[in-house]
Amino acid sequence: MRKNGVKMIKIKAKDVDVFYGKKQALFNISLDIEENQVTALIGPSGCGKSTFLRCLNRMNDVIDICSVKGEILINDFNINDKSCDVVRLREKIGMVFQKPNPFPKTLYENVSYGPTIHGMAQSKQEMDEIVETSLKKAALWEEVKDRLHEPGTGLSGGQQQRLCIARAISVRPEVILMDEPCSALDPIATAQIEELIDELKKEHTIIIVTHSMAQAARVSQNTGFFHLGQLIEHGSTDKIFKNPDNKKTQDYITGRFG
Amino acid sequence: MNKNKEQLLNKRYKAEQRFRLYGLSAIFMALLFLTIFIFKIFSTGYSAFQKTWLIVQVTFDAELMMLDQNPSKEDLQDADYYDIALKSMADLDPNANEDQENELKRMVSYFFEKEIKNELLNDPNLIGKTKEVYLTASDDLDQVFKGNYPRDLPEDQRRVSDYQLKIFDQLVANGKVESKFNISFFTNADSREAELAGIASSFMGSIFSILVCLMIAFPVAVLAAIYLEEFAPKNRFTDFIEVNINNLAAVPSIVFGLLGLGVLLAIFHLPRSTPLVGGITLSLMTLPTIIIAARASLKAVPPSIREAALAMGASRMQTTMHHTVPLSMPGTLSGTIIGLAQALGETAPLILIGMVAFVNTIPGSPMDPAASLPVQIYIWAESAERGFVEKVSACIMVLLGFLIIMNLFAQIIRHKFEKKWS
Repeated sequence: MRKNGVKMIKIKAKDVDVFYGKKQALFNISLDIEENQVTALIGPSGCGKSTFLRCLNRMNDVIDICSVKGEILINDFNINDKSCDVVRLREKIGMVFQKPNPFPKTLYENVSYGPTIHGMAQSKQEMDEIVETSLKKAALWEEVKDRLHEPGTGLSGGQQQRLCIARAISVRPEVILMDEPCSALDPIATAQIEELIDELKKEHTIIIVTHSMAQAARVSQNTGFFHLGQLIEHGSTDKIFKNPDNKKTQDYITGRFG
Repeated sequence: MNKNKEQLLNKRYKAEQRFRLYGLSAIFMALLFLTIFIFKIFSTGYSAFQKTWLIVQVTFDAELMMLDQNPSKEDLQDADYYDIALKSMADLDPNANEDQENELKRMVSYFFEKEIKNELLNDPNLIGKTKEVYLTASDDLDQVFKGNYPRDLPEDQRRVSDYQLKIFDQLVANGKVESKFNISFFTNADSREAELAGIASSFMGSIFSILVCLMIAFPVAVLAAIYLEEFAPKNRFTDFIEVNINNLAAVPSIVFGLLGLGVLLAIFHLPRSTPLVGGITLSLMTLPTIIIAARASLKAVPPSIREAALAMGASRMQTTMHHTVPLSMPGTLSGTIIGLAQALGETAPLILIGMVAFVNTIPGSPMDPAASLPVQIYIWAESAERGFVEKVSACIMVLLGFLIIMNLFAQIIRHKFEKKWS
């Protein structure tokens, strides 16, 4: 979204290095991410795109040997700063994983979990509303409204992933990170999720890691190309796919490696 | 070339057939031993669930009991039953001399006086009347009646005299000997007399020990497992702790018994021979088992569930308590029950802390002296009397039944509450 023609930057990464033990996984990544746009991160396996994504909600903290250096500013606040509280950060930055991972609880409990722990609903009625709107936004409501109290693990893969998206948006995050959300799904479910992403970007800033260049071209406005831990090139999706500056990007896009 | 290939294929099939045969014979051997073991226990033990009674004519003679007319309840309690009891036994053979009267008395348990007393307390109107009363047969006659007694031994090598056998056979012929279900085996505490000995004390002792053990070991072990698995940093110190927990699981149980003796009894002066001390000692033994089971089931919770919760902004504590721990509970619980079943069968540490003492009262709390089932087996197996042989097997049957029920329970918990995740 542009205000008076100026791009609004939501996330600003500056010189981010990531180490797994002694091995460096990301080198000097600097990347700006625009608000209310879909940014796709592409690149061959092991290039560090998922690692970068996980830096944005500090999920790398979970890995003992992983250390992150550099600044990541979200709303001009450095999330790698000691004063940053990860619990509040993750309330604002939702995440959808590669493999659908609903809690082994009911659909309702899955969606209401976030609002419950963050104290977002005062009454049962309010919670019902949050669950309903979240499921509607995730385009799942019509399919599951009669079985909200059945286990979430009983859904199909595509439905499970949409449930995970509903769960992520239930706390109204500003940013949604998606780590190859369609790689475990069939083409029809993938199409549904892609449509959904287009819808969601009205309210959320979306960053999606994907293996499929076609998907990146379909859903994103901006694209970053990673290779061997380096951000080779980034810019508008149109430019990256039609007229990349870098030879490597050109080779990857045209399928010469990766 | 082709022929070679066929030969090779044949060889491979033969190898598989041989392997199947080995496997089957191994299973057959295991089943055979199990069957022999169970058959032996049941064939020796089943008779302990029957008890032999002599039906004896008792005349409630007020004069012999030193009772006045219209006695009150207290009078009946305090009355002297020994004389009428003796007389009833002596009446079995009107021609008996003094020695023979003594032998007649020894045909029933020393409890016979009390049995006669209870009869009268139940029905005070019996004063002055004669009634047939069921008296517990002595353990030797009990064995005679069950056919476990070597009657053909020379008399001086037997505890039952020819005279007693003669009278007993007469009673049998007159239908005055009856076999009934042995309730007292379950309601009596231990006794020096095999015919009166029961498992009530050791059964309650085992239950109390297991409860104490559960209440200490379960919370401590689960907290330790959760901390180690979910919160502790992975460094040399935690590695060291992990190795030592695994070592602890392999420490012989008698060492824990020595620890209980040296620390709980010698330093803290807790009451000796009690399920409290027994339970604490057993909990030390059970701790590593539960910790290992709980950690294994925490590890089995897919990391994706933790990531999902963390990414929703749940704190580590919330992730653990809302998701990981509930999902790991079935495994933890069945591990706990298996640990408790192990503790239930443990003998050595209990012997060291004094639960091997002769206890003829039924404990009402973990602070009362008690035995435990495996120790009871040990005590009875050491006793010389023939009557205890079947009791040992019967007690083993009860213990095995207890263990089977616990293991079944563990299986049910695991199957019923285990959640499936995709």
